[in-house]
Amino acid sequence: MTSFVKPFIRRKNEPTNDLGLVRADYDGAMSTLCAGCGHDSVTATMARAFFELSIEPHMAVKVSGIGCSSKTTAYFLRESHGINTVHGRMPSVATGAIAANHQLAYIGVSGDGDSLSIGLGQFVHAMRRNVNMLYVLENNGVYGLTKGQFSAAADIGSTAKKGAVNELPPIDPVSLALSVGATFVARGFSGDRDQLLPLIKAGLKHKGFGLIDVISPCVSFNDHKGSTKSYAHAYKYYNPAIHADYVPPSQQIKAAYAAGEVMPVKLHDGGEIRLRKLENGYDPRDRAAAIGKLFESGESSEIITGLLYINEDHKDMHDMARMEDRPLNQIPYAELNPGAAKLKELQKGFR
Amino acid sequence: MSKIRVNDFTIKVGNVNGTGSASANALLMKIIFRMGVPVVGKNIFPSNIQGLPTWYEIRVTEQGYRGRSGDVDIMVAMNPDSYKRDLAELSPGGILLYDDTWPRPHFLTRSDITVIGVPLARMCNGAFKVARSRILMKNVAYVGAVAALLDLDLDILHTLLREIFAAKPKLIDLNLQAVALGYDYVKQHYPDSNKFKVKTRNLTKDKVMIDGNTAAGLGCVYGGATFGAWYPITPSTSLMDAFVTYCKQLRIHPETGKHKYCIIQAEDELAAAGMIIGAAWNGARCFTPTSGPGISLMSEFIGFAYYAEIPMVLFDIQRTGPSTGMPTRTQQCDIQLCATASHGDTAHILLFPADPGECFDMAVNALDLAERFQTPVFVLSDIDIGMNDWMTDELTWDDSYIPDRGKVLSSEDLKSVDKFHRYLDVDGDHIPYRTIPGTDPKGAYFTRGSGHNKFGGYTEDGAEYKEVVDRLKAKWKSAAEKLPTPIVRRAKQATKTAIISLGSCDGAVIEARDRLGADGVYLNYMRVRGFPFAKEVEDFIAEHDQVFVIEQNRDAQLLGLLLSETNTPRDKLIPLLHYSGEPLDYKFVRGALSEALNLRKTA
Repeated sequence: MTSFVKPFIRRKNEPTNDLGLVRADYDGAMSTLCAGCGHDSVTATMARAFFELSIEPHMAVKVSGIGCSSKTTAYFLRESHGINTVHGRMPSVATGAIAANHQLAYIGVSGDGDSLSIGLGQFVHAMRRNVNMLYVLENNGVYGLTKGQFSAAADIGSTAKKGAVNELPPIDPVSLALSVGATFVARGFSGDRDQLLPLIKAGLKHKGFGLIDVISPCVSFNDHKGSTKSYAHAYKYYNPAIHADYVPPSQQIKAAYAAGEVMPVKLHDGGEIRLRKLENGYDPRDRAAAIGKLFESGESSEIITGLLYINEDHKDMHDMARMEDRPLNQIPYAELNPGAAKLKELQKGFR
Repeated sequence: MSKIRVNDFTIKVGNVNGTGSASANALLMKIIFRMGVPVVGKNIFPSNIQGLPTWYEIRVTEQGYRGRSGDVDIMVAMNPDSYKRDLAELSPGGILLYDDTWPRPHFLTRSDITVIGVPLARMCNGAFKVARSRILMKNVAYVGAVAALLDLDLDILHTLLREIFAAKPKLIDLNLQAVALGYDYVKQHYPDSNKFKVKTRNLTKDKVMIDGNTAAGLGCVYGGATFGAWYPITPSTSLMDAFVTYCKQLRIHPETGKHKYCIIQAEDELAAAGMIIGAAWNGARCFTPTSGPGISLMSEFIGFAYYAEIPMVLFDIQRTGPSTGMPTRTQQCDIQLCATASHGDTAHILLFPADPGECFDMAVNALDLAERFQTPVFVLSDIDIGMNDWMTDELTWDDSYIPDRGKVLSSEDLKSVDKFHRYLDVDGDHIPYRTIPGTDPKGAYFTRGSGHNKFGGYTEDGAEYKEVVDRLKAKWKSAAEKLPTPIVRRAKQATKTAIISLGSCDGAVIEARDRLGADGVYLNYMRVRGFPFAKEVEDFIAEHDQVFVIEQNRDAQLLGLLLSETNTPRDKLIPLLHYSGEPLDYKFVRGALSEALNLRKTA
């Protein structure tokens, strides 16, 4: 079996972005996931985010590990380089790639198996380094490709398709991210594209590590009664708390808005994120508040979503490494070669 | 009194780890080197920060041999815990120098040696106030004592101390004082004990004393590496330390302070491997230094880089295994591990440096080869080469060098390409073209470790899969003729007997072979420097009736590769194996060869 080629259909009067490209220009190969999979919806939303941000596809890089979610990097942005690495190790490959050239837009796609079990270490360390990438964690609480084992994200009491009950506490990627220094932490739901799309756009524009934990139900192995990652459960407990819109630098209007209604957060590219639906007194720049909010909502089984935390002040990996703006992969060798005379001089100390 | 031995003997210092003995021994070795006499230094140290026994051997060899002699002529016994063993190791006619602040009359049980007691502790306790300097200066004082015994050039000693402590002038006087304590005491109390002597020569001109890890780190700078990722592991750490040092010196913009490099200390070896794969995939030259346990951990990623055809440079500074093994002892035990690291059918390119000079050159080779062949390349050094200071020809650089970045398509190149396919063998040389992300929309492709066809598409089709892996094998084989060529030394007379060896065995093998030659036993010698083996290797074996394969591991790993990769009958290759963890000495090689040759004659 080879991968399916997705037909490239152009419609009349299709909307174009600033580059003159249409939404279909951001498609990839045909998905081979199950019909109704939450991941496909996330894939489409990611493609739309790149389209709406007018990012040239070849200036984007997609990275992933192993698992259903990791396969999806082939299903959008066919004119981007993509790299489907080894299980749980996508963050290190992304880190190296970003060290070599920080000027591309990097999106990592992973799942709860890939990120929270085998890849937990790399996931955490990429956040500590504040690697400038958006990391989309498609979370379904289950191992799909190996047919239905619990993942480390499964909630206590959640049941497997064949009836087994999970007794181990879940690892919550959002609270983990908050504790280790991620600078953009959000949760979304594959069933709510309206909320997810601006989150992805904002995450791509944020400078530093952005995590979006997307509840993305597995229709084949974890969508039954008793599962806390099913569509039904997600819809029931879903709380779209904080809405975040990305406003590019060019479109900023000095509109007045009532205090408490909208909170603007300035981004490094000159654009801003506008947060809406904020509860009174909640400030997503306050990490302790975000952690508190998360634990509070957890008590009531509520799935709190939206942009829970943002910090635009922390240096990203590139700045911490004091690298020059020109990417390492573009420095000509002439600038790197110290030369024969210098070698002679350096060896004076070896006599 | 017997004849004085000039410029041909071995000094061994037994000390306690963490007392500053390393600097004292380096000082001793450098004095001799600056007197123009070749030296070999071997540090035999424990996996410990403080307290365990540690030894340092300095071989003075006017002939310039680079291996150990296997003898100890002067033992400086500074560690009571190892006195017994140190006394036993001393060759007949040798000198034992020890701290007789606490006399040890049992040393006198050996009548075939000379015992020289110097009250180092007592003298230092009298001369220095601070407790730590008493310990440190005791070591400097024995340098003075040895200097008196060997008639070392005091001016050179003084100059060296002034250079070393240029930034801390207060320490100069302290050190000079300590040297004088030891020196004067020996001159005064043992005026007639000059059995060994260093005489000034002019044999170290254009030579430097450098360790292999420093040379390799410097090679990475000269080769144009801009990125390195690593996880600290003995004995590879000093390679990255060197890269850091030279990058700080050479790659920081003087005004802006901005770096033209990036070094990441990864969370583990797996991540270090992933990082260099990511950086190389994205077009930066990069590398990771590690040791055997690191290679085990990186193996999955190594297979990924092999199959997805991503350049990857790994330095394996080998130490004894298996498992944690003896982390500070040397071996050549990862040859087969690296040759096929990872699950599935894989085959990798290996380079075998024999000294720091080759570490420098092969670091550059490795960066070129990895990009040319789009595959992992291993530089297999070891503790002996990596962490000991070797006298080596001054490193040289050809300013006309241009890095071989391999088959990379630029945006301009892509204009003339109808459609780009990542794994298509366009030129018939088994090497496909690659593109760097961000170059051009036409260059986009999807990199995967899963089954793929020559167009880069996912496949589970057997024929398509085979087409790609067969090309990979052909590509690997084609690298054989592009690697550093084997070095062959022919005997004075035609012979059907030969040696094949590699890496840090070289010094001991050359010396053993010279000495056997002097006794009328002639052997040809080939040192292999790369894997896959060049055709020459098979031809060399074919020329001979018997070939001794000398290497530092238990399982004859090089011999195994020679059998599997050349058309050689099994009984033609005879293993000579040394795997105690100490650097190879010529006596072992000579003994093993003589024994094997005699046995074969009588059989």
